[in-house]
Amino acid sequence: MTVWDDVIGQEQVVTTLDRAARTGEGMTHAWLFTGPPGSGRSVAARAFAAALQCPLSGCGECRECRTALEGSHADVRVLATEGLSIKVEQARELVQEGGLRPSVGRWRVILVEDADRLTERAADALLKALEEPTARTVWLLCAPSTEDVIITIRSRTRHVRLRTPPVEAVADLLVRRDGVDPAMAGYAARAAQSHVGLARRLARDEGARIRRRDVIVMAGAIRSVGDAIGAAHDLATIAEEESGAASAERDAAERARLMELLGADAAARTQPPHVRAQLSSLEREQKARATRFGRDVIDRALLDLLSVYRDALLVHLGTPVALVNQDAVESVQTVARAFRPEGLLACMDAIGLARERINANVAPLLALEAMALSLRVEPRSAG
Amino acid sequence: MSDIPPLVLVRGPEELLADRAVAAVLADLKVEAPDLDVVRVGPDYHSGQLVMDTSPSLFGGSTCVVIEALHEASEDLHADLLDYLAAPAEHVTLVVRHAGGPRGKKVLDALVAGKARIFECPAVKSDRDKSDFVTNEFRRAGRKVTPEAVRALVEAVGKDLRELAASCAQLVVDTEGVVDDRVVETYHGGKVEATGFRVADAAVAGQAGEALRLLRHAIATGVDPVPIVAVLAGQLRQVVRVGSASRGASSAVLASSLGMAPWQVDKARRLASGWTPEGLATSIQAVAAADAEVKGGGRDPVYAVERAILTIAEARAAGRR
Repeated sequence: MTVWDDVIGQEQVVTTLDRAARTGEGMTHAWLFTGPPGSGRSVAARAFAAALQCPLSGCGECRECRTALEGSHADVRVLATEGLSIKVEQARELVQEGGLRPSVGRWRVILVEDADRLTERAADALLKALEEPTARTVWLLCAPSTEDVIITIRSRTRHVRLRTPPVEAVADLLVRRDGVDPAMAGYAARAAQSHVGLARRLARDEGARIRRRDVIVMAGAIRSVGDAIGAAHDLATIAEEESGAASAERDAAERARLMELLGADAAARTQPPHVRAQLSSLEREQKARATRFGRDVIDRALLDLLSVYRDALLVHLGTPVALVNQDAVESVQTVARAFRPEGLLACMDAIGLARERINANVAPLLALEAMALSLRVEPRSAG
Repeated sequence: MSDIPPLVLVRGPEELLADRAVAAVLADLKVEAPDLDVVRVGPDYHSGQLVMDTSPSLFGGSTCVVIEALHEASEDLHADLLDYLAAPAEHVTLVVRHAGGPRGKKVLDALVAGKARIFECPAVKSDRDKSDFVTNEFRRAGRKVTPEAVRALVEAVGKDLRELAASCAQLVVDTEGVVDDRVVETYHGGKVEATGFRVADAAVAGQAGEALRLLRHAIATGVDPVPIVAVLAGQLRQVVRVGSASRGASSAVLASSLGMAPWQVDKARRLASGWTPEGLATSIQAVAAADAEVKGGGRDPVYAVERAILTIAEARAAGRR
């Protein structure tokens, strides 16, 4: 067993990182991990952090390895945001911490999981630390692509590119790590298009599978303008429900914990000012998180929808590539019959445009409506 | 003695009316006691100040303490007020303003229990309330005003009650005889309080010129393009949803199943009659594009909204042909 076990389908990257941790060859003070969502950027970064701390350079069994992988190692600081962005205050905190010597390990590792969510000012705050590194500090930044971080960060880091892992590798990981049934693992890995986290969720959560099926069925079923507006409404509602269900419980727990921490009386009708201030800042944070979560859910649904049209196009063109939706071949066939190839491409463009717009802060429901209207099955394009 | 009781409560969110009530109370008191000492208690209150203000002066005379905003006052002031109300001073008139909200409920209760005179200052929101207000303003000044003039005035400057009152005062001072719509037109001609809703109503009804005019008014009076686009999207959405629902259902049933108000359903039904599905589809897509542009995707947000409005009006006209 090694720390690299969960880094799947990335042999080349693992070789590079392993060599750097083991021999110091090619080691540098700042690394930028890029790769498509779900390819395991943060998993790879955590594994590298563990390998750096481990006396055996990544045995995967010692205390150093285990705490580093879990994120509780004293010298591994992990910053992951659940909000829409990482603020400059948080970045400054990291810089301060980066100036300290490691306390127990060989390196002080600072891992930023969503470097693409650094605001411009936050990114600027990191520059000095990245340019003039402290002797035993290593920065690990993760982002979907090099374009997602500002150019001055890009030029100060060593770039590690992860690829989309093969479906078999993801399925294998689900079976090995999470004890999922092999058939289910295969389905989940394919449906999630090799996104490891998503595949895991699909394999374990019946609700997620049902929601995915609902979205896929939607593809060929939009005929009239009314259908389109209804479908957009359904999509937005699904996202809202999922986001609400996931966060309500957690929000309440966080609130209770904060009250306990402040020694406030939870039953009191009105709280003293200092408690109110803390509570409202927590609520702001939770709201930002809910916004991001809602958007992520919609984005995921749109990716599912996109996969149907992609499959339909493959059917049309007779390309010998595996379908994403092998389990829903009838839906794919329906869509393939309803559209010509150019119509399918137009649909895929419309979905892409909606994703872009939601990212650019357009009201999600409106963006979805405009998209759904473009997805209408028109009688003249049937054939 | 004046007929003002020692405790006065001015309650309600409409500031102008509250200001007037306080001024009227002070004027009444001054008839009786021209050297009345008026103490205004604002937000910078320190504990114990009230006791000082209400204790008898060496030279006699009466005092009026005006608490400006009980709904925002500190806990100290609340506590001191409660103490004072338990033992009010004889020479003091206490006037308390409260704009609403749950804060200071104990003090309010104590005031009511102490038989305070209450002036209600409810928010003036609907056009009918505003019309009544304007009519009253002119009547107080002993002037005649025609209903058309009232309507024109409310349409022109009705957004803020203070502005409305000031306009009334101006017309009273500047003009003579009956105030009719021609006079109002002279002073406020061409100015319209446009909201996103009025813009959207005109656009969805296919009146491109009217919609653009209102849009310009709205932008000029400080309405942001972003909410206008949101309202456009909302109106179109309602038309589609009502239009694609079953025709036979009553508006009340439809309203509850679609999560809309019955009047919204009726309005959307009226609007829907002139629309084709294709036209609605084009319009919604234009609005979505405009939303992206007003949120930073384009260079000129106002132009983006204008283009969306033109597209909507055109799509509607095409459906009618």
